[in-house]
Amino acid sequence: MLSTKQKIGWTVISIAVLVYALFPVLSILMTSFKSSSDLNSGKFIPTKFVTSNYEQIFVGEAKDLFLPALWNSIGISLISTFVAVVLATLCAYAIARLDFPGKKIVLTTALMVSMFPVVSIVTPLFNLWRQVGLYDTWLGLIIPYLSLTLPISIWTLAAFFQQIPWDLDRAAQVDGATTWQAFRKVIVPLTLPGVFTTAIIAFFIAWNDFVYGIGLTSTAAARPVPAALAFFTGASQFEAPAGAISAAAIIVTIPVVLLVLAFQRQIVSGLTQGAVKG
Amino acid sequence: MSTTVNSSAPAAAPEKTRTRRHLSDRARAERKLGWLLAGPAFVIMLLVTLYPIVQALWDSLFSFRLTAPGDKEFVFLGNYATALSDIVFWRDLGVTLLITVVTVVVELVLGLALALVMHSAIKATRGLLRTAILVPYGIITVVSAFAWFYAFDITTGYVNNWLSWLPMIGPDFNWFASAGPSLFVIMASEIWKTTPFISLLLLSGLAQVPGELTEAARVDGASAWQRLSKVVLPNMKAAIMVAVVFRALDAFRIFDNVFIMTKGQYGTETLSLLAYRTSIGRLEIGLGSAISVILFICVMLIALVAIKVFKVDLTGGSGKGK
Repeated sequence: MLSTKQKIGWTVISIAVLVYALFPVLSILMTSFKSSSDLNSGKFIPTKFVTSNYEQIFVGEAKDLFLPALWNSIGISLISTFVAVVLATLCAYAIARLDFPGKKIVLTTALMVSMFPVVSIVTPLFNLWRQVGLYDTWLGLIIPYLSLTLPISIWTLAAFFQQIPWDLDRAAQVDGATTWQAFRKVIVPLTLPGVFTTAIIAFFIAWNDFVYGIGLTSTAAARPVPAALAFFTGASQFEAPAGAISAAAIIVTIPVVLLVLAFQRQIVSGLTQGAVKG
Repeated sequence: MSTTVNSSAPAAAPEKTRTRRHLSDRARAERKLGWLLAGPAFVIMLLVTLYPIVQALWDSLFSFRLTAPGDKEFVFLGNYATALSDIVFWRDLGVTLLITVVTVVVELVLGLALALVMHSAIKATRGLLRTAILVPYGIITVVSAFAWFYAFDITTGYVNNWLSWLPMIGPDFNWFASAGPSLFVIMASEIWKTTPFISLLLLSGLAQVPGELTEAARVDGASAWQRLSKVVLPNMKAAIMVAVVFRALDAFRIFDNVFIMTKGQYGTETLSLLAYRTSIGRLEIGLGSAISVILFICVMLIALVAIKVFKVDLTGGSGKGK
């Protein structure tokens, strides 16, 4: 049992960590509820909570800027995550389970790709995409996003798969299960948590992209939210866009917070396994 | 694959040959399947990175502006000479290195503190703390940049009011008008957003330090600080090095925070921004490509130094020791 002193100590430490982790989010949340006349109040908490900024991005002037960007972000991130996870699952299975020369090369390549400066990729792609018509399209972002999502997926999944007791499926077959049953009842439940966790991490990374977003798009046709935020303007020419940007920032933060709340344990194990144990 | 048949035992030979060939076929099939499964991911990774860097290398040898595409001219290393003789390049490299060193050092200390808190936290709070710490990790960097920017900005901010007791800070103090204060806020945002990742890496390093070691040190009368500096840290050196290298490479490529807060003005520009501004901003593809290639070489140099000089095993990781 903890002594009272220890309890107080842990409470203080926990509060300090919570403030550290959540304060900037709280700060932008407060800004998102400020009316335009309240933005320059110099205070943390709005004098009056208003939802006008949210109205502006969902039904108001900033609607045409924000809604397509939100749709682009969701679509492009989900597709590139899906493609990366499918390819990485096959790749990681081979690395964990099969004996073939070049395993180390695949893993080293993934590591090097993840260190690659995105800006060095975006310049040549900018030029090429304009020539082949991929500039400002979904596909034109999905392809380079794979350079972000694929390496981390391979590392994380390879680490997960190396810990799976694969022989269980043979045991199940000895016990009379068919190959399909062994796969469905044994292998899928064993691998699914790792695949799912990897998908969350890859999604975070795709969702976070900014350089490809501003470098390879020019209109609402493909521009994702982080890039669109940089182009927000106020309701009128003389009005600061801080309120609308804050509201949009909160909207794109909600999915992240929900995923973290629901899968905190899995995300932590995925991150640390992929990066440290390899 | 050749098979040797044991002629002295003719009866057993066919059987044996079959199993041997079966095995080698099996091994060959496994190799084939291995590359079949790993191949697509491998090829795509190469295509999306190797192709662009080769293209950038090629483009960097030409004087080439998109605004005047007809004037493409081979200048060999001329763009590199232009880039490297420009004082702006060296200033930007300096800013990039400053950001890298400061953020990595601060994050290491802060990340270690967070890792120690999570490591020794009681079960009830551990989940809560991990959830809280994952929020900055998951948040979009651009969102973090705006959050810090609006907090410090002279019109929308409240920080000046909160810090008005400091001698240098009044309501008119503009954080985003000179390099020092701007870089301070930029680095604060970068540190806030990326410390969770480093602390999670360190946490798993901490978990691998044998509990008996610290217990033995405690029995021998070592203080908490001695246990940390003499027992725990030396035993998680590998995890620390991996975390430092990953973060240093990441910090060296910093773009989002600077772009949102200052667009690189007031002497806050980093190498990534310079490359972006030159190629996509000013459409000077040749010069921009040269800067991109230099940036790429810098990143590879850092990785190489880490692996060769400091013997950081990024592929083996800390889990399997040094």
